[in-house]
Amino acid sequence: MKVTKEDLQNVAVLSRLAIAEEQEEKYLGQLDKILTYMDNLSALDTKDVKPTTYALPMQNVFREDVVKESLDREAALANAPLKEDGYFKVPKVLED
Amino acid sequence: MKYEAVIGLEIHCELKTNTKIFCGCATTFGADQNTHVCPVCLGMPGVLPTINKRVVEFGIKAGLATNCEINKYSKFDRKNYYYPDLPKNWQTSQYDLPIAEHGWVDIDVEGKRKRIRLTRIHMEEDAGKLVHSGTTIKDSSSSNVDYNRTGVPLLEIVSEPDMSSAEEARAYMEKIKSIMEYIDVSNCRMEEGNLRADINVSLRPVGSKELGTRTEMKNINSFKNLEDAINYEIERQEEVLEDGGHIVQETRTFDPARGITLSMRSKENAHDYRYMPEPDLPPIVTSEETIEKYRSELPELPDARRARLESEYGLSDYDAGIITSSRAMAEYFDAVIAEGADPKLAANWIMGDLSKELNAAGIDISQSPVDAKRLGEMIQLIMKDTISGKIAKKVFKEMLTNPDSPEKIVKDKGLVQITDTKAIEGIVDEVIANNQKAVDDYKGGNKKAIGALVGQVMKASKGKANPQMVNKLLAEKLN
Repeated sequence: MKVTKEDLQNVAVLSRLAIAEEQEEKYLGQLDKILTYMDNLSALDTKDVKPTTYALPMQNVFREDVVKESLDREAALANAPLKEDGYFKVPKVLED
Repeated sequence: MKYEAVIGLEIHCELKTNTKIFCGCATTFGADQNTHVCPVCLGMPGVLPTINKRVVEFGIKAGLATNCEINKYSKFDRKNYYYPDLPKNWQTSQYDLPIAEHGWVDIDVEGKRKRIRLTRIHMEEDAGKLVHSGTTIKDSSSSNVDYNRTGVPLLEIVSEPDMSSAEEARAYMEKIKSIMEYIDVSNCRMEEGNLRADINVSLRPVGSKELGTRTEMKNINSFKNLEDAINYEIERQEEVLEDGGHIVQETRTFDPARGITLSMRSKENAHDYRYMPEPDLPPIVTSEETIEKYRSELPELPDARRARLESEYGLSDYDAGIITSSRAMAEYFDAVIAEGADPKLAANWIMGDLSKELNAAGIDISQSPVDAKRLGEMIQLIMKDTISGKIAKKVFKEMLTNPDSPEKIVKDKGLVQITDTKAIEGIVDEVIANNQKAVDDYKGGNKKAIGALVGQVMKASKGKANPQMVNKLLAEKLN
């Protein structure tokens, strides 16, 4: 197994996913298969290959520093589940 | 055991661009909540961010001005974390290929120069602001978020842990502020949060090479808080170590009202940012020509300007350091000199009376009620013996509220110095006649007694007699 239960739980916490205990085995198996499949890549000799940081043949795509119209506030807040006084309203986020 | 502190700073510097780093929303401070937002900075699906060219220019210039190497191949990365001030759930930042690396700046503390190394400078977006409802933070059940600041461009300037006291950390932050002002990439208004520091502090036994466990204090936005937080933290860590305890690596919050730091008890594994290359932003490739072009656009920097004021005008290292610490003051000084004022007199007036008045009024030198031209003219009046240094203080006070030229003020108030020998002679004779005791003392060998006589003449002339002439005449008449 490439992935331990702790790895799975940690990744789940970081991704804000709730994984029920009875599902853990299933996901562990799936993750293991994915990682094993990725191992195929190590068959390639990449000694002289630079790491890819960007997949497309593009660079230096810039915009000028010119102000454009922002969204109307009503439109900006239109999809917010909760709002208050022109703010996005979210559950309390401070840690105790 | 004797401990020494090891301190490193991460300074976040908000750039003075017109627009945000990846979209065309305005960066103006103080706008109504959520009015400077668009689908890009709100992190809506399907949008395409585009890099603001000026942010890259500012990043390169900041790197050059702090002796960094510029990475000719630089890219953005996603730093993943969940907090509602980040609508995308990641901050677009730079990880392994920041725009600039391996720089340094020099600081002066207690007459000693010290070099502080810079690890790196990277570009990133600022986060939004949380406004807590409820009467206190603890009992608020929800938070409100304003995303106007989300996407405002920042440079994060990371130092090596090269500082060992609060004074050094302050001097370093002042130097960074000064450089960013000089190269005109940030307004550096600390009260608006343009410049904020995260501080890392650890202790180790004096002489040890090993680093101790560090704590971090985030978002310190004034020089006073910076010093207070560091001093408190050094003391706290010392106590813990002295009692045989060990320092917990953690983020602590500084409470300015109580002057103490408090543990934030954040979760152990909270810092797994899972950086990944930003697939929506192509890399930034900078040519040698572009770098040299930006280098040629840099103004004279604080250290160079300081050295010039010393060699060109004979100012002391200390005075030159103060004058050049802010670009506005250095430019004011140059403008006073351009009026024909003596450089040393100009430095003294700027650092003395002018700074005192500005500090008392809480305003910046750029808003000074006495502009450089008028101060230059006033200093010229001193140089021409039209007024004495003492009278000049009165003239200066008047100039703070009276927009007239110093020459007119001097005339209107009848403050012109008496340089007419006859007129002064009359007063001198009178004073000699009325102060027999001082005269006898002087003649009896107490040369200091002449001071009292000079004082009497100055008083009788209402301060308008030229002091050098008074001294000369008195000496002539008494010898």
